[in-house]
Amino acid sequence: MQAGWLVVLASIAYLGVLFAIAHYGDRRADAGRSIISRPSVYALSLAVYCSTWTYYGSVGRAAASGIGFLPVYLGPTLMMSLCWFVLLKMIRIAKANRLTSIADFIAARYGKSQLLGGLVTVIAVIGTVPYIALQLKAVSTSLLLLLHYPEILVPARVDALPWLSDSTFYVALILAAFTILFGTRHLDATERHEGMVAAIAFESVVKLLAFTAVGLFVTFGIYHGIGDIFARARAVPDLARLLGLGGSSGSASGWFALTLLSMLSTLLLPRQFHIAVVENVDETHLRRAVWLFPLYLLLINLFVLPIALGGLLYFRTGDADTFVLSLPLATHHPGLALLVFIGGLSAAASMVIVETIALSTMVCNDLVMPLLLRLRWLGLATRADLSRLLLGIRRLAILALLLLGYSYFRAAGEAYALVSIGLISFAAVAQFAPVMIGALYWKGGTRAGALAGLFAGFAVWAYTLLLPSFAKSGWLPTGFIEHGLFGIALLKPEQLFGLTGLDEIAHCLFWSMLANVGAYLGVSLARAPNAIEARQATLFVDVFRLTQAPLGAGLWRGRARMEELLPLLSRFLSPEGARAALAQYAKSRGVAKVALLEADADLVHHAESLLAGAIGSASARVMIASVVEEEPLGLDEVLNILDEAHQVRAYSHQLERQSQELSAATAELRAANLRLTELDRLKDDFVATVTHELRTPLTSIRAFSEMLFDDPEIDLADRRRFLGIILAETERLTRLINQVLDLAKIESGTAKWACAEVDLREVVAASIEATDQLFKQRDVKLELALPETVPLIVADRDRLIQVMMNLLSNAVKFCAAERGRVTVAIRRDPGRLWVDVADNGSGIPRGEQGLIFEKFHQGGGGAMTGKPQGTGLGLPISRHIVEHFGGVLTVDSDPERGRVGARFSFSLPVSP
Amino acid sequence: MNRSRLTGSRLIAIFLLGCVLLDYPLLPLFGGDTVIFGMPLLYAYVFAVWAGLIVLMAIVIERSG
Repeated sequence: MQAGWLVVLASIAYLGVLFAIAHYGDRRADAGRSIISRPSVYALSLAVYCSTWTYYGSVGRAAASGIGFLPVYLGPTLMMSLCWFVLLKMIRIAKANRLTSIADFIAARYGKSQLLGGLVTVIAVIGTVPYIALQLKAVSTSLLLLLHYPEILVPARVDALPWLSDSTFYVALILAAFTILFGTRHLDATERHEGMVAAIAFESVVKLLAFTAVGLFVTFGIYHGIGDIFARARAVPDLARLLGLGGSSGSASGWFALTLLSMLSTLLLPRQFHIAVVENVDETHLRRAVWLFPLYLLLINLFVLPIALGGLLYFRTGDADTFVLSLPLATHHPGLALLVFIGGLSAAASMVIVETIALSTMVCNDLVMPLLLRLRWLGLATRADLSRLLLGIRRLAILALLLLGYSYFRAAGEAYALVSIGLISFAAVAQFAPVMIGALYWKGGTRAGALAGLFAGFAVWAYTLLLPSFAKSGWLPTGFIEHGLFGIALLKPEQLFGLTGLDEIAHCLFWSMLANVGAYLGVSLARAPNAIEARQATLFVDVFRLTQAPLGAGLWRGRARMEELLPLLSRFLSPEGARAALAQYAKSRGVAKVALLEADADLVHHAESLLAGAIGSASARVMIASVVEEEPLGLDEVLNILDEAHQVRAYSHQLERQSQELSAATAELRAANLRLTELDRLKDDFVATVTHELRTPLTSIRAFSEMLFDDPEIDLADRRRFLGIILAETERLTRLINQVLDLAKIESGTAKWACAEVDLREVVAASIEATDQLFKQRDVKLELALPETVPLIVADRDRLIQVMMNLLSNAVKFCAAERGRVTVAIRRDPGRLWVDVADNGSGIPRGEQGLIFEKFHQGGGGAMTGKPQGTGLGLPISRHIVEHFGGVLTVDSDPERGRVGARFSFSLPVSP
Repeated sequence: MNRSRLTGSRLIAIFLLGCVLLDYPLLPLFGGDTVIFGMPLLYAYVFAVWAGLIVLMAIVIERSG
């Protein structure tokens, strides 16, 4: 291509822009005005998930399996809805313990184990170096396509070049330089790279724009809209197959495995962990990311299938991985092609940069430093300033990783191993999932368990997925795939123990997870966690509850001296860095000078976490232990301290509960008090009423007695009349007192009841006989409606007569003045007898019907004038008596509706 | 139940909903030859559900703040 220089220039100019953005971001960060402290920037930087494997590879996958490319993006969407719990907890833990990589995270949880950190690092490197190679391949292929324009290459034969004249080599070097410049500018205890994050977010925008541009171009420029593409594809049998659930997406297990893998990868790929956890500046940014990141994924996948189908329709054959680029080229739109190339470069660069930064931190902190610190002849433990060495190691690691990726790319070429590496990588990092989930939610996991689980899962992954991919690339004999290892059919790596029916990813995922989870749980459960494991487990699992208490410091006992701590920090953080960090700590403690700081447990803990940021938690533990005299805490002691914290929490829960109970009891007491006050008032009323009722007859007795006493001249007739009144009032008084006593006895339950079988007819007859005089006096007619026989009931005969007489005398009293009539009837109900006493008086208004059963309520209301006619205790006593025998006493009257009279009825249960 | 726990429960519900709608055995129900708006039904269905989940997540999370 004549304009080859244009491509190179555009690429360099674009990298220059990235460089400027990153530089600006770092400057702003140093000035304390971060440009990445926006939730959208965080969400966009998460889109580093979309590497060239998405940018170019999705179209390739779609061309092979239709909609089968989608689970890789549906998984993250599902995962983000859980991020509210999982990712938030990871961020909180990482910040509280200054963990700067996934290896550090896992190592710290399981007792700050250097071995575990190393194993995680090795798995991550083996799993992701081929992925880096894939990015280099994509850049190199796209570059080649552009450079050969207007000839359209089928880019299968490009490996002939010696590496010195291979542009990919230089791409790798440039990316390494860029990464080194921004990833290792200085040593930062939090391992944050704000400028780099800003550049990544920018690249996310570029790749989305570029991909959407080519999508629109293919859909509406080459064809006439989405419907047109699908309609044409349906006409071609080979393509129509892609529109349904055909191809590799056609199995439930394959679809499920891809979704699960991509869910786990969203957080466990080293670059994802780095961006999502380590580079997170503010937890609240998660809110936006929860929906913005899935939205990004949706948008970038919108045109994948149209481009794939469009490409297949246009070229009929060829490498679908390059359709994104070859379609604009074939239709002679070099400008668009250049934009696509820049987009692809963005995807590759962002992935490579973040991945290598994350991996280099792991390699340095969890592989190289532990080894170097062990080599005593290097004298590292006594060197004055190791911070430059640390930076050097990281830079070398970045370069080495990229060169490793390049070598893999050269070796693999077009081999199978490169094409499928995306999913193989996902399956590798998925091995971190059990120990990671255990780290977050289970306190029982131990270092040995984590090591066993990781190792078992990794081994099964390598045997069932990695080695077969090597064999298919021709690097290994394929015999062991076809016949099994040592010719044992059960050991066929893709049909392990005869398991068939799953595609290779689902197959690997099943066996590796089985081995991983099984070993992790089995070995963990075999032995109780030791002191440091128990402590770390609590720091991790209970992170949300421990935010206030500096539990880490509480779990350390020993003696340290400032003269030893400061040099140690200086060696790894550089003298200025160490002094600045300690000055800040002194300020937060309210101590004026660093020299005045006391080297207590808090400070030692702080120093350890500072070191952890620089060299990883496991190495930091070793270094701190080398300068302070520690009293090792036994498991019992650690558990005691944790128990104490637990007890304090439990105690506060208990207090809370007790205070709730207390307030409930208070409410009950208040109600009881209210009831008592009411009862007291009723009693007062009762006493007042009784006194009043007693005084009325007494007053008249006294008045007439005085008249008789004072005036001896009163004639005999008057004298007899007065004496008659005195007699009547005395009787009334006696009756009243009897009734009050009676009521009191019944209410207090001390009344005597003489129960026997009673014939109600006889009771009614006796009562009528006793009140006969009353009826005659008032000239009231009595009608009876009694059955021939009635069943016997068990009751106190005299009491029943008392009730009957009360009802009868009331009836007579309130009967109509002329033609007064009272009806007495006995009715039978199943199981009980009813006695009705009805009059034809004025009736009782509904509003009063409740009152008449209250003590001292005088019936008749306003109609009554002059002296009350009764004591007002008759009905209450009657009701008590009836209720005592298990019956009810009711009144039925409705004068408002024009009904005449009132009917009192009481029921009594028939004796069985 | 306080507000943030309610948000959490809602997000878990969305997760479960997504798991059910975007996986077997529901997925093949939409795998026929039906065409909707010029697109195969499966394609339209997956993207519609996906977009729906995102909208739900956005509503739940932005309202909780």
